[in-house]
Amino acid sequence: MPADPDVLRAPLVVSFPFTRSLGPVQSAFLTGLRERTVLGVRTEAGTVLVPPVEYDPETAAELRGLVEVGTTGTVTTWAWNPEPRPGQPLTTPFAWVLVRLDGAGTALLHALDAPGPDHVRTGLRVRIRWAAERHGAITDIACFEPCDDTADGAENPEPRAHDGVFTDPVTGIVAPARLDYTYTPGRAQTAWLDALAERRTVGERCPSCTQVYVPPRGACPTCGVATTERVEVGPRGTVTTYCVVNIKAKNLDIDVPYVYAHIALDGAGLALHGRIAGIPYDQVRMGLRVEPVWTDGARYPDHYRPSGEPDADYDTYKELL
Amino acid sequence: MSEGPRDVAIVAFAQSDHRRRTDELSEVEMVMPVLHEVLDAAGLTTADIGFTCSGSSDYLAGRAFSFTMTLDGVGAWPPISESHVETDGAWALYEAWVKLLTGEVDTALVYAYGKSSPGSVRDVLTRQLDPYYTAPLWPDSVALAALQAQALIDAGDTDETALAAIAGRSRKDAAANPHAQLPGARPQGDHVVAPLRTGDCPPIGDGAAAVVLAAGDRARELCARPAWITGMDHRVEAHALGVRDLTDSPSTRLAAERAGAFDPTAARPLDTAELHAPFTSQEVVLRKALGLGDDVRINPSGGALAANPLMAAGLIRLGEAAARIHRGESHRALAHATSGPCLQQNLVAVLEADPRA
Repeated sequence: MPADPDVLRAPLVVSFPFTRSLGPVQSAFLTGLRERTVLGVRTEAGTVLVPPVEYDPETAAELRGLVEVGTTGTVTTWAWNPEPRPGQPLTTPFAWVLVRLDGAGTALLHALDAPGPDHVRTGLRVRIRWAAERHGAITDIACFEPCDDTADGAENPEPRAHDGVFTDPVTGIVAPARLDYTYTPGRAQTAWLDALAERRTVGERCPSCTQVYVPPRGACPTCGVATTERVEVGPRGTVTTYCVVNIKAKNLDIDVPYVYAHIALDGAGLALHGRIAGIPYDQVRMGLRVEPVWTDGARYPDHYRPSGEPDADYDTYKELL
Repeated sequence: MSEGPRDVAIVAFAQSDHRRRTDELSEVEMVMPVLHEVLDAAGLTTADIGFTCSGSSDYLAGRAFSFTMTLDGVGAWPPISESHVETDGAWALYEAWVKLLTGEVDTALVYAYGKSSPGSVRDVLTRQLDPYYTAPLWPDSVALAALQAQALIDAGDTDETALAAIAGRSRKDAAANPHAQLPGARPQGDHVVAPLRTGDCPPIGDGAAAVVLAAGDRARELCARPAWITGMDHRVEAHALGVRDLTDSPSTRLAAERAGAFDPTAARPLDTAELHAPFTSQEVVLRKALGLGDDVRINPSGGALAANPLMAAGLIRLGEAAARIHRGESHRALAHATSGPCLQQNLVAVLEADPRA
């Protein structure tokens, strides 16, 4: 669908290392993968869960009885993926499979490397293809691949008890997550951003309570109705309240102490925040009249400085604190 | 409190026209017309509402606490009683229902919304999977549904022809739904992840929905034919896919049983079921789990195959079922909502018209 050329848009990346600690069972399982050993856990009813969990999904009983199962298994269901997506185990077309490893009572989700969907079926015998470098993660299994044996001739038909002890166990995982978005700000914020590009500040007036919101979000949070009447505010304003910042933030190119203030732009129904400069920090005061200072190419005023006007009377801004 | 629980009904329902993208609208700009429409339908203002509850997800917006922005649309000053669920709005409706049952309030506004267009939904949904064993493989939502579909085919419960018929019926019915994103028949297309084809998958889109709930006589004042909630329950199954029988949905069956869907003493049979089945194969699972026969009209709205705004699509099932009762087209309806991979979590409500109405 063609994008509307008038709509503002910008890439938005949400990326974080999902850092998790492992309990005793998950630690043993993931460390085992590093050592090419697959562990499951036996429930009170005797079912072997692979991958293992610490609590029985049916009874919630604590599970600690680790067993070793085979590295070959049987496909219990599958789906052919013609177009692999970023982050998935293989970059060439592959089958998603649930595999019940020999000795296990439940199935593990992973990828199967096969030439095409005609080579995959439920009941297919498969074996683990280990990753060349293993760190103690589910991706230590690179994928599964078809194998020729039968379940009867499997190497490990019965699970064997395993103490789960390895040298240098893995106790945590870092699972990187990254999602890519295209942010579009909507009607009200688009108007605000467009005006800022011309070094103007616009708000929107509520048709019900007449309050002017800056920046506008399209709705009056008090009345719950759309704000559609656009109003230009500022450029000058009044310091309603402020604080003195004494700790230098990382990567911030501003000397401390500096003043961070709430500034009620003329005509606005609520205060914005901004930095005050051009005046010693200990001379900033409530009621100080200020004006914006723009730097070349900036999307917002860099800071506000005294406008030289007399201080505003307290009654003119007391509702905007 | 010896009188038993109060009667609570859905008295109004509204939804947006669901579209592939709504770039020109912020979330609150998308939600607000729906809020106004549902309040107008009930003849209420936000000041009349006793409790407000919403459903949405930060992962769709890519922003933390994104729901606070849409609160602007309900007018949260003076302070209101408000809550939010980070899932489908059907669960927000459940919370509101419980609040009404306590007798603390007489009316509730429930809304839900999702803008799927900013991100890649198939990838975004992988972040709800278990972070140790599953999420690092990035299995997308279509892939997981396809595993379930193949399990059904292997079990002899369906085949690709039957799935195509579900897709065809849903989109044909959606032609009568002015809000649907995919109205009218369309080709099944190629495999997205086999055995699922394009036609077996829901559209990706943006949309919102809202309902008003009211208790007892208040409901009768606000609506000529209230859709009384005679029962509601929700259940969850094991998170690990390999532990579950993907061809069945015992959680749906149990929730329906607890909601009274199978009550043999019910005066009227179920005549309508709005099932939240984003994939054709999931309708097969749900029909089987609920034992629904051919005498029950399934998804006359077109269902999630015609419009699937994430976080709102489940609430829409409750709203569509209620609206059918409001219009006199149904006397007893089942509404179902789901969340999570392969129908992991399921909510079922039973809605009924007044016996005399």
